[in-house]
Amino acid sequence: MSIQVRNIAKRFGSFTALDGVTLDFPSGELVALLGPSGCGKTTLLRIIAGLEKADGGQVLLEGEDASSRHVRERQVGFVFQHYALFRHMTVFDNVAFGMRMKPRAQRPTARQIREKVHSLLELVQLDWLADRFPSQLSGGQRQRIALARALAVEPRVLLLDEPFGALDAKVRKELRRWLRRLHDELHITSIFVTHDQEEALEVADRVVLMNRGRVEQVGAPEEVYRQPATPFVYSFLGAVNLFHGRVDSEGVRVGDDLLPRAAQEGGLAEGAQVLAFARPHELDIIADGGGESGMAAKVCRALSFGATTRIELEGSDGQHFEVELTRERAEALDLAAGQAVRLVPSNLRIFEYEEGAGI
Amino acid sequence: MSKTTRVLPGFGLSLGVTLTWLSLIVLLPLSSVFLKASDLSLAEFWKVVSAPRVVASYKLSFGMSLAAAAINAVFGMMLAWCLVRYRFFGKRLVDALIDLPFALPTAVAGIALTALYAKNGWIGQYLALFDIQVAFKPLGVLVALVFIGLPFVVRTVQPVLEDLDIEHEEAAASLGVGRWRTFRHVILPVLLPALLTGFTLAFARAVGEYGSVIFIAGNIPMVSEIVPLMIITKLEQYDYPGATAVAEVMLLISFALLFLINGLQAWTARRTGRDR
Repeated sequence: MSIQVRNIAKRFGSFTALDGVTLDFPSGELVALLGPSGCGKTTLLRIIAGLEKADGGQVLLEGEDASSRHVRERQVGFVFQHYALFRHMTVFDNVAFGMRMKPRAQRPTARQIREKVHSLLELVQLDWLADRFPSQLSGGQRQRIALARALAVEPRVLLLDEPFGALDAKVRKELRRWLRRLHDELHITSIFVTHDQEEALEVADRVVLMNRGRVEQVGAPEEVYRQPATPFVYSFLGAVNLFHGRVDSEGVRVGDDLLPRAAQEGGLAEGAQVLAFARPHELDIIADGGGESGMAAKVCRALSFGATTRIELEGSDGQHFEVELTRERAEALDLAAGQAVRLVPSNLRIFEYEEGAGI
Repeated sequence: MSKTTRVLPGFGLSLGVTLTWLSLIVLLPLSSVFLKASDLSLAEFWKVVSAPRVVASYKLSFGMSLAAAAINAVFGMMLAWCLVRYRFFGKRLVDALIDLPFALPTAVAGIALTALYAKNGWIGQYLALFDIQVAFKPLGVLVALVFIGLPFVVRTVQPVLEDLDIEHEEAAASLGVGRWRTFRHVILPVLLPALLTGFTLAFARAVGEYGSVIFIAGNIPMVSEIVPLMIITKLEQYDYPGATAVAEVMLLISFALLFLINGLQAWTARRTGRDR
């Protein structure tokens, strides 16, 4: 089922949680709402579910205005960050709950319920836990049971609120892959909220980036990563080095240093204030020859435990930089702590500076 | 027990202290009751406790105490719900008011209630229009017992409700479950052990209550006499063995009922997977 939200606004007292959000969620897709905490992503999800009422705007489910419909009638499956399993019921009873509570006319027989619960528990690979109570399960198991419970009433959409937020890193990774596979099997329209960019990029068909109650960018994971539309998106998706500077004929001038301009950025007048970004792997280090090309910095330390070597540096005004080099390149440079070097970007992404852009 | 290593040692010592204390404070006075009553032969004993007036008082005391505890369970839960779930003007005041029946001398409560419910009282005069009489009737006993038992249920249910995550209700709603069924199957089972505790405490207090009841009950033989009053009456007639005999039966019934309710409570806890 497709979901559309039109111009949704929501305030909590003087705090604006959502500020005119309009989005389309096509049928069958797995979409991530990604943003820092307080950006309104969970509020948006709860408004779509009907757990929260918007101050303005519409929620359309399959083209039909559902704004005034109660959560009970929206047929949405909702998965909570802290699972919200009924602790006085066994795993089996938790999953069966939604079916057992249906009005008598629509209620499946006890046998049908039993079969359905077992098939769902098999789907989440926890059939052997049917008789346990939630308190006897691990976090990852609880969340899978919560998902089975939500799926039991055959919802038209699945909404997940930071589903892996309370789990440890290893279980998170496993469940992420598992959720993706599950979605490929079921093809149910799903929206999940996360503040973890890696999770969003890895799992979702499309990513919606939100900041301060507004949508910053919508696109496929690769698209938003490669072509970030705003400084916020650029800095939120992965590690970055940020330079505040001014455009001149040769490039971007940062204090006394000059970052040679990569040809891509046009349309900025000379003298314009800009924010320039480079990812750690897009910077190279050269020994300081005394010139002004490249950003002057001092090596703090080198970390070489992965496939690449990460070098942390400090600018003249105390700003922190991070550079990622291949191991060979790092060995060839033979950097020592405290050494003065210059940073030269191979790629530079330049945005015009705006007051309060959320960086 | 001695095999498992505990962070805080001292099982033997603490159990010893517990038992000694319990014996001194509870068992010793109670056993003296039984000792005193043994002055009577079995036939005399039976004659005392099966006298119609005494039996009527047993029925009134235990019947009204159970009824009052049940009423308190329902309304106490509602009060606790309002105090936990909603924010309203004067909430702290209401919260403080709940404990008042604890602190008020019971005689004061009894006199105040009598003044209210007597035929010419503020409430009593209107009830009289419908031919309902509260003061000096069994109904008056009930009113007094409801009054003194209220805090028990509120104070036992409140912390459990505070613990209960609103997400459980939201989860039930998202599964399409209606309000009543959500309450019945999601909230009530979690509250039940605490509710039973509150019920038990309110009941126990009501059975032993004396001060507030005697003012409003009217103490009419066979109609509105409570067991504690029977005991006092016998004491005033210097019938010590008779008084202790009545007390003994009251103790036994109370103990049996409390034991039953505690068993019920353990059963609900086990059934809902909390006993782990």
